[in-house]
Amino acid sequence: MKIGTPKEVFEGERRVAMTPDSAAQLQKLGHECLIETGAGNASGFDDAAYKAAGVEVVKTAAALWKAADVVAKVRVPDTAEMKRLREGQTLISFFSPVADEKKMEAAAKKGATVIAMEMIPRISRAQKMDALSSMANIAGYRAVIEAGNNFGRFFTGQITAAGKVPPAKVLVIGAGVAGLAAIGTSTSLGAITLAFDVRPEVAEQVESMGAEFVYLDFEEEQQDGAVTGGYASVSSPEFREAQLAKFRELAPEVDIVICTALIPNREAPELWTADMVASMKAGSVIVDLAAEKGGNCKQTVMDEKIVTENGVTIIGYTDFPSRMGAQASTLYATNIRHLMTDLTPEKDGVIDHNMEDDVIRGATIAHAEAVTFPPPPPKINAIAQQKNKPAAPKELTPEEKRAAEVAAFKAQTKNQMMLLGAGGALILGIGLIPGMPASFMQHFIVFVLSVFIGFQVIWNVAHSLHTPLMAVTNAISSIIILGALIQVGSSSWLITLLAGLGIFMASVNIFGGFLVTRRMLAMFQKS
Amino acid sequence: MENAFTIAAYVVAAILFILSLGGLSGQESAKRAVWYGIVGMAIAVIATMFGPGSGLWFASLVLIAGGAAVGYQLATKVEMTQMPELVAIMHSLVGLAAVFVGFNADIMINYIGDIYAGQDLVMGETGAVLSKEVSEGLSTFGQLIAKKSSVEIGILRVELVLGIWIGAVTFTGSVIAYAKLAGSSSMLPIDIDTGANQLPGGHMLNAAAAAASLLLAIMYLSGAGSWTLVLLTLLALFIGYHLIMGIGGADMPVVVSMLNSYSGWAAAAIGFSLGNDLLIVVGALVGSSGAILSYIMCKAMNRSFVSVILGGFGGAAKGEQMAVEGEQIAIEAEGVAAALNEADSVIIIPGYGMAVAQAQGTVSELVKKLRAKGKNVRFAIHPVAGRLPGHMNVLLAEAKVPYDIVMEMDEINEDFPETDVAIVIGSNDIVNPAAQDDPNSPIAGMPVLECWKAKQVFVSKRGQGTGYSGIENPLFFKENTRMFYGDAKASLDKLLPMID
Repeated sequence: MKIGTPKEVFEGERRVAMTPDSAAQLQKLGHECLIETGAGNASGFDDAAYKAAGVEVVKTAAALWKAADVVAKVRVPDTAEMKRLREGQTLISFFSPVADEKKMEAAAKKGATVIAMEMIPRISRAQKMDALSSMANIAGYRAVIEAGNNFGRFFTGQITAAGKVPPAKVLVIGAGVAGLAAIGTSTSLGAITLAFDVRPEVAEQVESMGAEFVYLDFEEEQQDGAVTGGYASVSSPEFREAQLAKFRELAPEVDIVICTALIPNREAPELWTADMVASMKAGSVIVDLAAEKGGNCKQTVMDEKIVTENGVTIIGYTDFPSRMGAQASTLYATNIRHLMTDLTPEKDGVIDHNMEDDVIRGATIAHAEAVTFPPPPPKINAIAQQKNKPAAPKELTPEEKRAAEVAAFKAQTKNQMMLLGAGGALILGIGLIPGMPASFMQHFIVFVLSVFIGFQVIWNVAHSLHTPLMAVTNAISSIIILGALIQVGSSSWLITLLAGLGIFMASVNIFGGFLVTRRMLAMFQKS
Repeated sequence: MENAFTIAAYVVAAILFILSLGGLSGQESAKRAVWYGIVGMAIAVIATMFGPGSGLWFASLVLIAGGAAVGYQLATKVEMTQMPELVAIMHSLVGLAAVFVGFNADIMINYIGDIYAGQDLVMGETGAVLSKEVSEGLSTFGQLIAKKSSVEIGILRVELVLGIWIGAVTFTGSVIAYAKLAGSSSMLPIDIDTGANQLPGGHMLNAAAAAASLLLAIMYLSGAGSWTLVLLTLLALFIGYHLIMGIGGADMPVVVSMLNSYSGWAAAAIGFSLGNDLLIVVGALVGSSGAILSYIMCKAMNRSFVSVILGGFGGAAKGEQMAVEGEQIAIEAEGVAAALNEADSVIIIPGYGMAVAQAQGTVSELVKKLRAKGKNVRFAIHPVAGRLPGHMNVLLAEAKVPYDIVMEMDEINEDFPETDVAIVIGSNDIVNPAAQDDPNSPIAGMPVLECWKAKQVFVSKRGQGTGYSGIENPLFFKENTRMFYGDAKASLDKLLPMID
């Protein structure tokens, strides 16, 4: 199959859906790759690099759309591109089935297949194709860099000859992929980073990134992210109030706020109100990654940077991934490449559009002249349901511990007494059997004492030496050779024969057992 | 034989044997301790041979030399992965020797009885003494028996019946255990598959055989003649065969230690019948050692000794087992190498699969490379990993893995949460989280290595099958688990050059 990537037509879009690296991988799957001339320029991949990777460079977009069986691109196709889409062609791109419903219907009508990168289900197996996550990661990183660009101070605290510089305080709202990336970037720049999320289970992730999780004093059955496939959902008004109160408290302290709170298919919730902006210090920066959906701060202007009256900069850019074209293209192209790997299971260049596959089915929104959105619910949950955590074991008071110890000791004593009693009674019982000869009892004493010594000694043997122990006990149990040696000098030929065999077998064992034990023990070396 | 010097030598030998076992508490002292055992054995054998009464020195020496040659061959040729087989086949020799010695005692009793009868005397009766000439014509052993009273003869018979019975069970049991452990490389002409197979009738057959043995023993003791003893031996041989046939491969650690124990008890029983204290002492030491090993193994599997010996997993499942959700995610060598290159602490969990694939050398190379980079690499050994107690330790020692980084389960289980990468090589049930999470699992309550608490787990495994117990392992479906499919040695060989 021919996979083609046109130059992005959306203004300011720097990303490209195929890199020379990804093209090389795609060719390994048996596909041919095409690219429109200059498509990679904005991301730093020139035509020569593509040619070197074996990609055919096509002069015009029209020619490319005509030649390619699969078109991979970044942005939703515009009207001109929709016209070029033809029957039997597969389109892979970001394609919101809700916002671009008309285009989806048009594509279905034409008989083209559309795979929307937004719709890749959030399951472990599909993570490698999850372009939303890889783009969000870049957005989170870039948001901090963009904030730093507009923030007049250091992130990290310093003590210099010219005076002390306090560290910047960064608040990240929403600890999704973008939020976590922002936290990571901010902490590694040296800022004090606070983070908030409505899902308490992410606190651990936040803390593992070196930020401080902002807890609310709020008693409510908090939502379980697993129900919604790992995304946040709408919270109750009481919860929202508690949340806003906490933010209001933090607003005068923080220097940078990164808002990443989004709820799928809804307008972004307002979390940073006008009065919070007003209470912030002059020179502070707000980066609102939710700008496209109306912003977590209502003063945010989409795609613009504004400065409020009290000197707070609010950044509402929506093209953060595109601002890091080279990085974003690399990750996006890799996502596409992984998707193609799943679509080409035989690695023979033939696409098998398996609608039984959860991932492919979920992402396909138009196929075989029909709209295939929304997909049926996936067969497996994205994230395992949280189990009801068992109540933590009660911490015992010192008295209770003491009592437990005493009880355990008593039980042990009782146990031992009973064993001793039973054993003693048994031995006495044997001695009381009428007519039991004393010579037997003498041997019996030796036997019982030996068993006793054996138990004491063997308990101390190191677990790692159990195999040598078996080999050595094997060797010494051949002491039975003594019996055979005593018997061998008999006048009966049968006895001599059997005893002779016994001597032979036991000596095999003695020599074999000891030698192999020595061999094994010699191998145990200390480092 | 009842010579003061011989007995003194036995005391020395007994002490040396005890020290030899006691020395196994540490790797360094063990190297010394094995010499105690060798010296003790030499003293005991020499004292017996050159003590009064033992005849046919030359023939005995030749036989010992022959045995030594065979033993030397076995001990130097054996691969460390074949240790379980070697131990098993050696047990069978002890068992068979015990049977022979026991039969000899019976033959001698009858012989002496005949002599008494020939002189119109009743053996064992007070006052019935053989004339000096006749007595001196007997071997030492014969003289010993000739001196016994009738009650003593009775007890002697009980002891030799016990010795023969246990010896015979040990013999066939060990041979079957050997065949199961050796698999296709077995030297036996017949093929025995490693699964649990029983004749129709199952344990009822064993019970019937045991009951018949008891009956025959009583008949023998009341003087029914030596044929009862022969029949009893045959029954015991059958029990040994059938009992071990019913036990599957992964329970072999218990079986081998049990047979070890039996070989000891057989020696002790024979010691009683010969009136030889050294045999009794050593038999008791070995018997208790095997018993403790069996106990440790059973505890590590959270199963009772009886349920292991009777074969199969004890008790039907108490309810529906938890369904396993998710999917097994495969990974290639590149991914494993990347994770290992980044990790600071690594724990490797070897199992029988490592022994089967002969991968211990490659594992050792890998560890050497990782340790050279300053990473903290350790091994976690479950007590029942492999087919013999301590099997993994010996394999790793052979591959020159230093023993101080090889840890027991209890030493290392708490360290998993701070570990970056855990690598499971050819083990399954011993890392099954269902043992802790699922009260309905057949292995619920069995202590397991909590490797899933590590940040990332790689499982080297041949395919998607379940382990010995046939239980699905939820570990393979965990989010932080990646499956590294393929033969353990081949996969690790591929991985090795990628570590830098």
